[in-house]
Amino acid sequence: MAFRRLLPLIVLGMCQIGSAQSPTYGVGRSPTADEIRAWDISISPTGQELPPGRGTAKEGGQLYIQKGCAGCHGRTGSGSQAPTLIRSDGTTKSSMPCLVPCVNDNNVLALHSPFATVMWDYINRGMPIGKEGTLQPDEVYALTAFLLYKNGVIHEDDVMDAHSLPEVAMPNRNGFSLPPEEWKHGTPRLQGYPKPPQ
Amino acid sequence: MLHRFSSAFTRVVSRYSGASCSTSDTPQKKLKELIAYGERSRYVTSMRVPVAERMSPDMFGLTFHVTTPLQDQFGIITPSSLFYVATHRGSYVPEIDPAEHRLMIHGMVDRPLIFTMDELKRLPFVTRVHFVECAGNRAQPRHTTVQETHGLTSCAEWTGVPLSLLLREAGVQSGASWIVAEGAEEVKGASSLPLAKVMDDCLVAYGMNGEPLRPQQGFPLRLIVPGFEGIHQIKYLRRIKVVDRYYMTYDDYGHINADPRAAALALQIGPKSVITFPSGGQRLPCAGFYEISGLAWSGAGAIRSVEISTDGGQQWHDAELRSPAYPMAHTRFGFHWEWDGKACVLMSRCTDELGTVQPMRADVAKYWNEPPEKSRVRGNDNTVQPWKVMSDGSVLNGLS
Repeated sequence: MAFRRLLPLIVLGMCQIGSAQSPTYGVGRSPTADEIRAWDISISPTGQELPPGRGTAKEGGQLYIQKGCAGCHGRTGSGSQAPTLIRSDGTTKSSMPCLVPCVNDNNVLALHSPFATVMWDYINRGMPIGKEGTLQPDEVYALTAFLLYKNGVIHEDDVMDAHSLPEVAMPNRNGFSLPPEEWKHGTPRLQGYPKPPQ
Repeated sequence: MLHRFSSAFTRVVSRYSGASCSTSDTPQKKLKELIAYGERSRYVTSMRVPVAERMSPDMFGLTFHVTTPLQDQFGIITPSSLFYVATHRGSYVPEIDPAEHRLMIHGMVDRPLIFTMDELKRLPFVTRVHFVECAGNRAQPRHTTVQETHGLTSCAEWTGVPLSLLLREAGVQSGASWIVAEGAEEVKGASSLPLAKVMDDCLVAYGMNGEPLRPQQGFPLRLIVPGFEGIHQIKYLRRIKVVDRYYMTYDDYGHINADPRAAALALQIGPKSVITFPSGGQRLPCAGFYEISGLAWSGAGAIRSVEISTDGGQQWHDAELRSPAYPMAHTRFGFHWEWDGKACVLMSRCTDELGTVQPMRADVAKYWNEPPEKSRVRGNDNTVQPWKVMSDGSVLNGLS
């Protein structure tokens, strides 16, 4: 009987009524600052979320072997089962940079992005396969530096860190267009495309 | 209670074990099918097939792209077991305990929030029918069936919470213009989406065709972005970050382009249709009456009309819509056709509620001032698919 009288209070307690919930429906809770930090792995092109740390191509070259990258991507970074990371001709200063999704040997992953932050982000969140999220910031900076150097984008002794990485002059750094931010309900993708029917 | 149920279950099992009905199935399997979870007839063998360009599972055990057998389907709903699969880089299917799963909303919001699955299910929900199509759904001349040319699109009934509701609870700050949505799978696939779209009609879905989402479709939680390319429909949704710019994630950078017109085609899918019967690899046994059947859909809204040509695009006739035409959903069309037994080319083209007409390949090439054989359709390929009916009744891909 006593338990029955207490039950509503217990249930209320379990629902964590308090200021931390959503205002209209009173569900959910506020994440702690630590929770947000632990989950937020997004890296803006500005690099604002990049953590402290540093790395060079030389360090990255050693990690490329130690961390098992070469096992799937090949010792030279191309011609193996996993996608190409380093062009076999060693250069990316192409007059025709690729800006469409490219996953073949002629096009190096993430090198078409105007910002090197994309490369850092992907290595950080997605590599090595089966051990994603285990690389330390220094290691990610070093591996990024190694791939940028091997693809002819930076010098061997350039240090990659939270300040230098967003500044890297990627091959497609200028002259790119983004998908439209001003998307609107009930609007065609591109006015007049491909042409009005005859 | 559980004990009572299980002893009743055992009694039923023993009854079926003694049955004289001849079957190769074990009694347990038969009982599961009869009582617990039904299966299709053993005479129905329609199957998904991995895309030829990259095998699934691959050498790492990762699944990449798997096509749905459109040629075998009726109506507009793709059975969950046959729904096409595409993954961010090739993925394992994560086994997520829904009791442990969380959705976090943070970034440029007044009140960052974190929800359990149970909490999300307490909130107002909507149920809507939407297609999901991969931008890699591109017909090639070497493809022989509609499963190969168009099998990376599927349509389901989705149930979930409008993302706009969750974002209003969190309080979006002024200056915000995009979100980044992210999954919980090992590669944590992420995508940038315009805030305007998100506030318009995106769903945080936990239900699919009346059941919880299937693991290959993002169990326990998936973002549905109606009419946008499949890569944006983040599976295993765990995080929404409200931001003030395009974040250019690994999955985003393929959508940027030197030409602003091409970039404009990168998010939403244009009006598209395909005849599923008769289609490549099928055979008409003789001249006579056949009901042409197919699917039409558009990322911009509902399908308004579908036309059929039986002479390679010279004359077009109105087809009938044979299903509800929901916005951003597969819509079934039909057309009475008397085949005279002569070789011909069948085509369908649709018009969506904005009046945009599905283009021919040649129209697209002309727009870009390129020779048709060298032109690549920017954005999702929504061009007209020709099927060549030969005088012996066989049906071939009409692309060259």
